[in-house]
Amino acid sequence: MTSGSWLRLRATVAERGFDLDLALEAGERLAVLGPNGAGKSTLLGLLAGTVRPDSGRAELGGRVLFDLPARTWQPPHSRGIALLAQDPLLFPHLSVLENVAFGPRVNGLGRAAARARAEHWLSEVDATNLAGRRATELSGGQAQRVAIARALATEPELLLLDEPLAALDVSVAPAIRRLLARVLAGRTTLIVTHDLLDALVLADRALVLDAGSAVEDGPTEQVLQRPRTRFAARLAELNLIRGVAVADGVQAGPDLVLQGMAAEPLTTGEPAVAAFAPSAVSVYLDPPHGSPRNLVAVTVSEVEQRGGIVRVRADDHRGHKLAADVTPRAAAELDLYPGREVVFSLKATAVALYPA
Amino acid sequence: MKYLSLRLLAGAAALGLALTGCAGGTPATTAPQQPTQAPETSQPAAEATTLTVFAAASLTKTFTELGQTFEAEHAGVKVSFNFAGSSDLVAQIQQGAPADVFASADEKNMAKATDEQLVAGEPVIFATNVLSIAVPPDNPAKVAGLADLARDDVQLVICAPEVPCGAATVKVAEAAGLTLKPVSEEAKVTDVLAKVESGDADAGLVYATDVAGAEGKVLGIDFPESAGAVNKYPIGALAGSGNADLAAEFVALVTGATGQQVLADAGFGKP
Amino acid sequence: MTRTESTLPRWVFVMAAVGAGFVLLPLAAMTTRVDWLRFGELITSESSVAAFWLSLKTSGASTLACLILGVPMALVLARTRFPGQGVVRALVLLPLVLPPVVGGIALLYTFGRRGLLGATLEVMGLQIAFSTVAVVIAQTFVALPFLVVSLEGSLRTLGQRYEVVAATLGARPTTILGRVTLPLVLPGLLSGTVLSFARSLGEFGATLTFAGSLQGVTRTLPLEIYLQREVDADAAVALSLVLVAIALAVIGLATRRAQVIR
Repeated sequence: MTSGSWLRLRATVAERGFDLDLALEAGERLAVLGPNGAGKSTLLGLLAGTVRPDSGRAELGGRVLFDLPARTWQPPHSRGIALLAQDPLLFPHLSVLENVAFGPRVNGLGRAAARARAEHWLSEVDATNLAGRRATELSGGQAQRVAIARALATEPELLLLDEPLAALDVSVAPAIRRLLARVLAGRTTLIVTHDLLDALVLADRALVLDAGSAVEDGPTEQVLQRPRTRFAARLAELNLIRGVAVADGVQAGPDLVLQGMAAEPLTTGEPAVAAFAPSAVSVYLDPPHGSPRNLVAVTVSEVEQRGGIVRVRADDHRGHKLAADVTPRAAAELDLYPGREVVFSLKATAVALYPA
Repeated sequence: MKYLSLRLLAGAAALGLALTGCAGGTPATTAPQQPTQAPETSQPAAEATTLTVFAAASLTKTFTELGQTFEAEHAGVKVSFNFAGSSDLVAQIQQGAPADVFASADEKNMAKATDEQLVAGEPVIFATNVLSIAVPPDNPAKVAGLADLARDDVQLVICAPEVPCGAATVKVAEAAGLTLKPVSEEAKVTDVLAKVESGDADAGLVYATDVAGAEGKVLGIDFPESAGAVNKYPIGALAGSGNADLAAEFVALVTGATGQQVLADAGFGKP
Repeated sequence: MTRTESTLPRWVFVMAAVGAGFVLLPLAAMTTRVDWLRFGELITSESSVAAFWLSLKTSGASTLACLILGVPMALVLARTRFPGQGVVRALVLLPLVLPPVVGGIALLYTFGRRGLLGATLEVMGLQIAFSTVAVVIAQTFVALPFLVVSLEGSLRTLGQRYEVVAATLGARPTTILGRVTLPLVLPGLLSGTVLSFARSLGEFGATLTFAGSLQGVTRTLPLEIYLQREVDADAAVALSLVLVAIALAVIGLATRRAQVIR
């Protein structure tokens, strides 16, 4: 394998239907998205050294992590890859400072030097004041700060983050996210997340996994603004309708052509998608006349209060699951309930068309 | 179990002890004493009389055989045995356990029973037992007599001096002027025998009956000095027995020709 | 701290009290039979003191042996998967349910003078039968499963997550074991150690069958009690009480330590 990439991984795990080829540049931060069972944990395990693939090869910074079945296999401790999990997993029998100094110590640093390194990283995560505490005495947010310091104190060549904010209280998560954004800058990182914001704030690039393979890969903004898979669309909270590019839009069924703005050049006859935000949808009981709008007849499946708006979920008869946001007042006037037949109407200017 | 429940009763009320003590001789069965020559056809097993014999554990084999002989000679009579250490048996009898006959492995424990007038009449010595040297069949240490047991290269196992067979061992060794250096002093003679059988011990001092009972798994070496410590087995019908006649007949069987033959076959000496 | 009112039905308490009584009553009954006037004299007799020290020494040694052998066994059972693991676990735990005398017979055929290993050792000039080493072997054999079971349970409860984190921080397997895994299962390790010690202290059947009984060499407290019972029941009861007291002290000490660590 010849590659100029910092990280290059190609691996198959037959038991889990996993087959992936992945490259990461030095300093690049990759968000890995995907439904449960898509292979995100397997990917982390392969890199951390806790999952052994049937075959494959991985290199990090010019070192071979594994090359199987040729029997090259670096154990986790000699990979230079640190892992930060959802749960901070601070060693409960050690103090905060001892936790952070653990990595430097086991990597051969002297007591004083390891302590200095630990103090430096504690200050980097604004946790100097916690140094003397026992790991069990910390709140969730404090513990995660310390866990970040502990992971970084080993100066890893690759940092793996496994849903680092998922277990935190919503009031704490933003501060930790900001902290991560700061300390991860320029650091080669792989972040597994379910959260759109994490992906946008912490990653330059997004990879969507499904059933063990990559289905989308590109700059985070693009993957999330122009989703091509249902999973990415749901994450980005966009309606997605797949079809074929035609002269005046995207043909999604014999009697459904969505008109919109071509966000990227389209080739007639090629697969294409139409994406639009739920807020761009208007809901009518009867099709309005004489309007240059896209109209989709649907059956309401769910009506859900979301703060100041009401999200109306509905099915058309072609297998598309669509959502519309309306005001509570409109929802009341329309008397929306599951099973009610309505029409979703959307302006062409609010529909983005691009190749699938 | 029977004994346990009696003990619980005794613990519950002080009076209970005396009561069960009085009732101690009554066997579990409620059947009235029957003439032994009653026709077999008229009374089925339901009204059988049970004769309860408390006997030292070393008598298990011989007495079981004699019990069968006794049952064959006395229709409608069932002989029930309780085999245990003599000291345990006498303690049970003292606490009112229902027994008709007591056969002890030593005179000391029988004396405990006679001292409390628990025995009807004078106990009779019906057998004796002497020590014998048991060695593995191949006799690896080439033991030929008592003096060999004092050799340094002989791994000797004996009974602890605190127990009867150990006391006999001490007596015999002292009489012979020998200093024994055993590798183990066991609390039970069967443990001595087991260690010789397994070959871990080169020799052990056990009773002649133990050698006979081991059926070839050990070789017995008799030695003249054993006459200095003869263990005597007394038997007696108990005063509290509700089957005094049957109890006396059982004692007669044991002391008679049939009993003596069975005991001799098992390695016991004559009284 | 507020305590939630329990929702247990009342009969559960009754049965629990009966259960506690079932355990405590025999111990109490034993104390009523102690001849207190002679108690001091009985437990300080030469043979009693010899048995007492021998018991402490051999139990200490067998506990150490349990740690040396049992910790690796528990680690392998808890942290790896291999074919036949279930069978191996069952066999390792066998002494737990085996009558001790059966264990003694098995050891006899292994380490006895004519046993599988004993015969070879004998040629090399080593004799295990009738030695203090035999007592330690018998105690280790019956006590080992207690340590393995206790520690394996703790290891499984702990899970491997901390170990994975330590590895990604660069810790080598031996470092992880010493600085993460064992410190985190310390309560389980401690209770396993105490159980092993207590089991060793009470070991009787295997020792009697396999090691023999000689004052100061192989006659531990339980064997001394067994012998005294034949002669002087009062001495047996007094010594039994000593054994109960030691066991209580050890267990009490260990549970307190375990709580401190938790």
